[in-house]
Amino acid sequence: MTTPLVLEMLRANLPAEGLITDPKAIKPFESDGLTAFSAMPWVVCLPDRESQVAAVLRICREHSIPVVTRGAGTGLSGGALPVAKGVLLVLSRLNKIKRIDAQQLTAVVEPGVRNLAVSEAAASVGLFYAPDPSSQIACSIGGNVAENAGGVHCLKYGLTVHNVLGVRGYLMTGEPVAIGGEAFDVPGADLLAVVHGSEGQMVVITEVTLRLRQIPRSKLVMMAAFAVVSNAADAVADVISAGIIPAGMEMMDKLAISAAEDFVGAGYPKDADAILLIELDGDVDEVQANRTAVERVLFAASADSVVVAESETEQARLWLGRKAAFPAVGRIAPDYYCMDGTIPRKAVAGVLQRIGELSQRYGLQVANVFHAGDGNLHPLILYDANVDGELDKAEAFGNDILAACVEAGGSVTGEHGVGIEKLDAMCGQFGRIELEQFARLRAAFDPDGLLNPGKAIPTLTRCSEVGGMHVHAGELPFRHLPRF
Amino acid sequence: MRTQLPEAFLATSQGQRANEILRACVHCGFCNATCPTYQVLGDERDGPRGRIYLMKEMFESGEPNLIASDHLDRCLTCRACETTCPSGVDYGELLEIGRATLEPKLQRSLMERMKRFFMLRLLPHPHRLARITAPVRWLRPLLPRRLRPLLPIASGKSVASSADDSTSVILLQGCVQRQLTPATNERLLNICQRLGLRAGFVADEGCCGGLALHLAEETHAQERMAATASALNEALPDDGVIVSSASGCGVTVKDYGRLLAGTVAAEDGARVAEATLDVAEFLLPYADQLTASQPQLRLAVQTPCTLQHGQKLPDVVTQILEAVGYELVSVSDPHLCCGSAGVYSVLQPKISSELAERKLAALNSEQPDVIVSANVGCQTHLAGRSKTPVKHWLELIE
Repeated sequence: MTTPLVLEMLRANLPAEGLITDPKAIKPFESDGLTAFSAMPWVVCLPDRESQVAAVLRICREHSIPVVTRGAGTGLSGGALPVAKGVLLVLSRLNKIKRIDAQQLTAVVEPGVRNLAVSEAAASVGLFYAPDPSSQIACSIGGNVAENAGGVHCLKYGLTVHNVLGVRGYLMTGEPVAIGGEAFDVPGADLLAVVHGSEGQMVVITEVTLRLRQIPRSKLVMMAAFAVVSNAADAVADVISAGIIPAGMEMMDKLAISAAEDFVGAGYPKDADAILLIELDGDVDEVQANRTAVERVLFAASADSVVVAESETEQARLWLGRKAAFPAVGRIAPDYYCMDGTIPRKAVAGVLQRIGELSQRYGLQVANVFHAGDGNLHPLILYDANVDGELDKAEAFGNDILAACVEAGGSVTGEHGVGIEKLDAMCGQFGRIELEQFARLRAAFDPDGLLNPGKAIPTLTRCSEVGGMHVHAGELPFRHLPRF
Repeated sequence: MRTQLPEAFLATSQGQRANEILRACVHCGFCNATCPTYQVLGDERDGPRGRIYLMKEMFESGEPNLIASDHLDRCLTCRACETTCPSGVDYGELLEIGRATLEPKLQRSLMERMKRFFMLRLLPHPHRLARITAPVRWLRPLLPRRLRPLLPIASGKSVASSADDSTSVILLQGCVQRQLTPATNERLLNICQRLGLRAGFVADEGCCGGLALHLAEETHAQERMAATASALNEALPDDGVIVSSASGCGVTVKDYGRLLAGTVAAEDGARVAEATLDVAEFLLPYADQLTASQPQLRLAVQTPCTLQHGQKLPDVVTQILEAVGYELVSVSDPHLCCGSAGVYSVLQPKISSELAERKLAALNSEQPDVIVSANVGCQTHLAGRSKTPVKHWLELIE
């Protein structure tokens, strides 16, 4: 490869200020939302048109240069961590909402459009886009598809994969691909589901057709306070068993309550050990009937108090604390490490207790904020990155939490993706045969493995090393799990 | 975020503070979502998170970084990011430290230096400004749009009502406001008189230092701030208040306690800062005694960043206007800067114009009769390119 020549070709295909080569200027791109990992790419490309994306890919493929795609850089698993000697392809300038179709209930957007901007734009025609990750103010749709993002409202409305009708983009060769369309079903294998959560390893997405929904006629938010965490956890399962699917059902523990309350003053009770935030939506009658039923369940589960927010302002305030809970934890500790695991609802109380024990053992505090309704845990491990060894300790703690999730019948990721962060945990969850199939599926799209290499799917070598690392006192943890 | 600032830097109070602020940042990127320059440029380095990272690198390496300088220059200092930041990162303060560290080491171009010199030596000096602008006021429509705000809309006669011993409300005239939009001060004085308040101006009020702060001219800023703090402190009786009708000045004066800490003017600064209110904050309790001067008009409110993000008062102006019975049209993205930002419109004309166009589109989307602002900078910046008249909201109150 003749480097200056490649640079020249890239420059010729990008707008002014669209190619960044000076290491000092590249530095701010070295991490995404997960700063525990950083790597300097060779160059950063900032296209402002789709054709430039295709050109960058063609050039890189020709010269075997790996490409990592990045959107808003808010991901929490290091999915957009650059690869040394690779190109970082940043799509933040592709940020147009191309059209909103109120008849078809769709929005066609570029990948750099912020999640929240879709709902803001659709509101004027009475529609909204349901998946709402807590970072929705900043995260962009391309990344939402790549990581199959979830959010508060996914309990009722599904994950990103359930709310996307089609994507267009480019293969590593620079060839265009279109998957799905405006209809609910398309002939052939469901490649749309394959692309969701593929973490930028199959297609570089340049356009997404989103499914919009009618803004519900009526809505209310309830906040229940509990003196005992396990009672709150049981209440979650009880609400669902009562046949009610809330639009969202979130839980926060004491530490998270305190951090969020200090930030927004949402009126969270700082003396409670846990709160549940429950949103009900639908027709007026339906919402009121469900409200009565949910209140009954909550009090039966020993809730100390239930507050109902009916006005839009009050509802927004209750949600604001939850949405900002992660970074608000930044107020009580210098750094936090956000975990993402999923467990069956009935296991919530047990796993939370286990996390509490681990917190004692590691001597690190943990704040729990999570999508309780779908059992998606987000323990935030608090640590101080300026103290040597604390990050390692936090990582070990995190891996133990994920192992506890797998042990309880859950999985190592709920919605943040695997990225670079959870490669080792993937070894715990999947066996050789499954991992090999994942790799084959990926290769069908990108045979040379140039798109976002080293993420999402661990190599078998890595897994055997991880297995070796975790042997303590001659005993493998979780012996019952399949290994190789 | 993990930081590794050099010991020597950490030994300074600026270094300490920079470290605290950097450590509060968790790199979540929420700030980029509401950053006007990130929206226009779509480059990580032109959003707060990228700028924070560039400053961190600069502090850690101990070397001025010309790339950082470009991106720091492009920051409007609107502080929308502070309103958005859930981790409480004091971005504005970090930027002050970053700019102050960089500025003495920069080799700015001759053109750039001339612009800065002109801004600093002319704008904050009402008499100099008047001498130059008054005779050529008629040229205003002929000037390029971005230079129009530099010439007054109306003639700049200063309002005579000096503070004396019986004055309990000191009205800040604002060095630019008294020249470019004198109607604001006149109206405010009338309102105060009608409310039976003993209000007056301080004769020797100079620039508050805000402009110099914007330009990272630290020494100049300190001089201006100390002089203003001393003049205001002298005129300020016990239990008196200082009222600012230009939110760009108000945000600076309100911060004198911090900005002048550790200097000889610290005590004056703290007392003055404590006593300062934005005019909307000050008049809100009197809202039932105020009336709309043209109640038939539909208004679009532009809340200046220095009011909503700097002074954290996003709703005061709309509260008063609604209380006196005005119909306010809805305006999308009210949190975004109009691109005026002190001297920014002259130093970064391209981004500034783009933001002004976007702001005017948002303000005009429901065809208001008048656009109202709360800061002279935003008012003149928008007025220069708006078909809808742009006024200070006080002009519509009696």
